[in-house]
Amino acid sequence: MLNYIKLIALALVTLFALIAANYARDLAYLVHAILVAVIAGGLFIYTLRGTGTKKVAPQDEYLDSVVRVGVILTAFWAVVGFLVGVTIAYQLAFPQLNFEWAQGYLNFGRLRPLHTSAVIFAFGGTGLITTSFYVVQRTSAARLWGGNLAWFVFWGYQLFILLAATGYVLGATQSKEYAEPEWYVDWWLTIVWVSYLAVYLGTIMKRKEPHIYVANWFYLSFIVTVAMLHVVNNLSIPVSIFGSKSVQVFAGVQDAMTQWWYGHNAVGFFLTAGFLGMMYYFIPKQAERPVFSYKLSIIHFWALIFIYIWAGPHHLHYTALPDWASTLGMVFSIVLWMPSWGGMINGLMTLSGAWDKLRTDPIIRMMVISVGFYGMSTFEGPMMSIRAVNSLSHYTDWTIGHVHSGALGWNGMITFGALYYLVPVLWKRERLYSLSMVSWHFWLATIGIVLYAASMWVTGIMEGLMWREVDANGFLVNAFADTVAAKFPMYVVRATGGLLYLGGAIIMAYNLYMTVRKAPAKEPLATAVPAE
Amino acid sequence: METYSLLREFADSWMLLFLFAFFVGVIVWVFRPGASKDYKDTADIPFRHDDKPATDKEART
Repeated sequence: MLNYIKLIALALVTLFALIAANYARDLAYLVHAILVAVIAGGLFIYTLRGTGTKKVAPQDEYLDSVVRVGVILTAFWAVVGFLVGVTIAYQLAFPQLNFEWAQGYLNFGRLRPLHTSAVIFAFGGTGLITTSFYVVQRTSAARLWGGNLAWFVFWGYQLFILLAATGYVLGATQSKEYAEPEWYVDWWLTIVWVSYLAVYLGTIMKRKEPHIYVANWFYLSFIVTVAMLHVVNNLSIPVSIFGSKSVQVFAGVQDAMTQWWYGHNAVGFFLTAGFLGMMYYFIPKQAERPVFSYKLSIIHFWALIFIYIWAGPHHLHYTALPDWASTLGMVFSIVLWMPSWGGMINGLMTLSGAWDKLRTDPIIRMMVISVGFYGMSTFEGPMMSIRAVNSLSHYTDWTIGHVHSGALGWNGMITFGALYYLVPVLWKRERLYSLSMVSWHFWLATIGIVLYAASMWVTGIMEGLMWREVDANGFLVNAFADTVAAKFPMYVVRATGGLLYLGGAIIMAYNLYMTVRKAPAKEPLATAVPAE
Repeated sequence: METYSLLREFADSWMLLFLFAFFVGVIVWVFRPGASKDYKDTADIPFRHDDKPATDKEART
């Protein structure tokens, strides 16, 4: 019965997409309509061929196939996202790389959102969905709820990435940072996200453990909050159902405030809470000891989610936003020091009594440095939110350096650690293909981040000082182009740092591939293992 | 009273009080007597059921 409903729905979607392709008002919409028609049509045939055969999902196994595909795609998006990042870093240093023949498609302006979305939503988001599916099953001792709904969430999210990425290159954007995709892509993501919430909650509800492990609290807050942020920030009215352009419902300062309420909580709940869920599962697993203080982890959770949501206005110092609102954002940002560092201490101290593992296990080293970067960037962030500091740092490269020490250091490294943990477990290998390659990855990535952050501090502060420099008569000393010229060497250093980081990720991808292909398989458990 | 003022007044009085009380309540709850024993068991969750889901018989309550 369900199959017939699916077939009717897919047929209708295909038909509508073909009509939409015919009436399309712009190129991005046309390409998307054709893409959707092809995918929905393909799925129609696939579903039709499967109709009538009955497949029963075994309830005594975890649904790991979706996690395996997720691991592969996370590694893939990592390389793609970093590659685009390195490309635009070189485009900034050497403007000739904005080729004439690619103007309007592959110039910096088009590639920049492609890079941010590829690393945050494609790499980070796929990593979060993948690890959350793994973690919620293990910590609930239950198979994922909803049968194939998990597959829908997974591939639905990949379709969102595909539509967003092609849209940017073809010029469909609503110009909201980190929320660039246009209205129909937003609607699609809403459907996918609600299904994600259903799968996650459903699994937690049928758990076989009395308590909900803390990692699930963090993952769940990430899912719920992102749903809320996404819907409110993307309230817009399409100009035509056959075109990609839409008009925002909010205007002026209200729109700016909504955008940065969204933008900062995308950092707080997507890049922090979600990845803390990873930290609270994979660090104890890799260190083979429970989290340092479970009490601290509960306080960490509630303090973080109560405070983060207010911090957004610090993006709008010295704007049309009322002073009281930006002061509120600044104060809450500073209060955030406490839960952030509490969480960092909790992660690091999980290793107490096992510090020797740092010497022998490069994966633990990766996880520890990621928590270290979490601590550093959550120190730097509140400091930059102080109005006086912000007057120097805002609109300069310092901000970009800050974001990257968080994204490359914290989000990247913890995800790499999780991938290194997951691949041998999921493919039942005894160990990784090569630990020395992990060490190489670790050092390339770390040196890359140091080059990146240090060069951005230098150019950011230099830029801020040059912009505010006035002569004895009160005239500005430097033209904007002067700062651009002065930044050139630092841009080359930054791009080099990015190149090292990308090199590390490619080594990781190769290592993981070889682990699946070549690493010795684990002995199948022939005899039943007695329960402890 | 227009909506903004109404919401604003509610937000910086009762809602603020509620959120603050909730947060203090969480901290008090975390340090309740006997919590350490409970949390020791909870913190060990990642080290159980690595390979397959628990059966109904194994389910813990």
